[in-house]
Amino acid sequence: MGYVAVKGGTLAIEESIKRLKYERIQQGQTIEVEKIQAGMRGLIDQVMSESSLYDEALAALAIKQAEGNPEEAVFLLRAFRSTVPRKHYSKVIESRDMKVERRISASFKDIPGGQILGATTDYTHRLLDFQLMTETDNSVQEWLHHYLSEKSVQKLSGELKLPKVLDYLRKEGLISPCENNDREPDDVTRESLEFPSTRSQRLQVLTRGQTGAVTSFAYAVIRGYGDLHPTVGELRVGKLPVTVAPPTSEENDVEDDYYIGEVKATEVEMLMPFTVEKDYGKKEMEFEIGYGLCLGQNETKAIAMGILDHCLEHPNLEFPSHNEEFVLYHIDSVESTGFISHLKMPHYVTFQSKLDSVRKTKKVAREEVKNG
Amino acid sequence: MNTTYNFAFFDEGSKREIRRATLKAIAIPGYQVPFASREMPIGRGWGTGGLQLTLSLIGKKDVLKVIDQGSDESVNAVNIKKLVSNTTGVEVTEHTSKATLIQSRHRIPEVPLTKEQILVLQVPLPEPLRYYEPSETETKKLHAEKEYSGAWLMLFEQIMKYGGMTTGADHPVLVHDRYVMAPSPIPRFDNPKMNANEALILLGAGREKKVYAVPPYTKVVSLDFEDYPFQAETFADKHCRLCGQTNVFLDELVDELTDETVYQCNDTSNCLEKLNSVGVK
Repeated sequence: MGYVAVKGGTLAIEESIKRLKYERIQQGQTIEVEKIQAGMRGLIDQVMSESSLYDEALAALAIKQAEGNPEEAVFLLRAFRSTVPRKHYSKVIESRDMKVERRISASFKDIPGGQILGATTDYTHRLLDFQLMTETDNSVQEWLHHYLSEKSVQKLSGELKLPKVLDYLRKEGLISPCENNDREPDDVTRESLEFPSTRSQRLQVLTRGQTGAVTSFAYAVIRGYGDLHPTVGELRVGKLPVTVAPPTSEENDVEDDYYIGEVKATEVEMLMPFTVEKDYGKKEMEFEIGYGLCLGQNETKAIAMGILDHCLEHPNLEFPSHNEEFVLYHIDSVESTGFISHLKMPHYVTFQSKLDSVRKTKKVAREEVKNG
Repeated sequence: MNTTYNFAFFDEGSKREIRRATLKAIAIPGYQVPFASREMPIGRGWGTGGLQLTLSLIGKKDVLKVIDQGSDESVNAVNIKKLVSNTTGVEVTEHTSKATLIQSRHRIPEVPLTKEQILVLQVPLPEPLRYYEPSETETKKLHAEKEYSGAWLMLFEQIMKYGGMTTGADHPVLVHDRYVMAPSPIPRFDNPKMNANEALILLGAGREKKVYAVPPYTKVVSLDFEDYPFQAETFADKHCRLCGQTNVFLDELVDELTDETVYQCNDTSNCLEKLNSVGVK
């Protein structure tokens, strides 16, 4: 009965693993990790963001091993992450220093530095491009050659740093000014989340949340299970420089810092109209900010994160999406998929135990009927 | 042994952190200590809490036994055993008395444990009060204030509705007269084994990021009422069809040939040892 009582679990697992490998390669072809890295930017960015591990090559490997299943790829990278000691924390990164590749504002048409569409699917028609069926490395390289010789492209290749849209609103007094908070963040991977959570904990859990879950919760907020009507103040995609302090230095001299590379990120500042109670019950409208930052180009998730960040800053038990336990405990890919899939494991003892209780209640009920 | 990873998978810093939480758990029996649960190469909800405890504790001289719902050969037990022995190279055994470290899902072995042994139980839902209070903030307060009326009311309501307590596995216990604790989904049959056990019992919940403990000789009492005493699953008049033992937890099986219900030891290694000792085959 079942696969517990039977001996031979070891053999069964070995055969199952072979079968899995067979399914991956049964067509007699292998997909090179470089090809995945070259052509699956969207999936790589999603997987890196949900894994909170920035490494395109490892993400591509995980995707290959997982046969393109993001849930499984994230799982692989998170497990890998557990074996690597944390040696450094980076210095504070000013997102103003982002080398911008794309930047838009839905709030203002004329923003200092202008709107830059960059690479986006937003204005493509979602029609299957059948020509891609026969695309070759040659045809791709030819196209690249032409494209890179265009003048406009050459002009753009420089480093583009742009002022923040929100600085403009601050100057106008429409957003209250806020101090820089450079307090060392609480690291949710080194100390487990406790409630009430800190903002740094919330932002970390949100940014590594499962893309679909984060998006769905934020969607619920703006559709009706929440009280927000946000606007995208600014969304930018670009590269952020990462530096660490030398381990020996006591002083915080920026000149001594080591530059260790750059990460591509999506940053979103959402504007939320918000009613503030002033003295004598007077009400005033102000704008507040919801902040989203994700590794890679993950625009929907970053916007959703901005919405949820603001929700959790303003707890409201009327809506699950404003309840930090509800949101933060349930959006992690590895946790939710792990627990759902654990239901596949044998539960024979626990079920037997429940069966015993169910039978007892039936027996009690029967006796009651008999005895009137 | 896989040497591309550190001994016992984790880096040493992670192991030390988990051991610190474990020491705290031992110092406060039944109290759920939060810890920075790591993502493991097996699924969250598949025993990652137990696995993290095992990996943080295991040394080269340990002898490991892993059981899943009573069976050493269950697929998940095999899988966990394989991971630990791949990354540590330690000896594994099926004999309960030979093991120094036993990781188990939902059973306490039938063979009594000794003070040389550590039993690690895998826990899916560590919070015994979660059934009636979904919020972690609230349950933390309830524990702090030793406010357990909800747990008693839950049992009381079952009695009112069904004429008896209807908990399946995971019947809540009171540890050392202080904390109400989820014993993990062990059958009620195993609850009394926790009381004054000679071995150290550690419970790990990976997804929920909690570690808790029942140190040796701790008083563990299953919640009940004077007029409705706690009742374990009954296997009265039943015995194992293989080794003939009574007073053990039995699996209920259907004999495909005769279509009759038959019973068999759930603790497979205990059953096998019994068979070998009397020379039956």
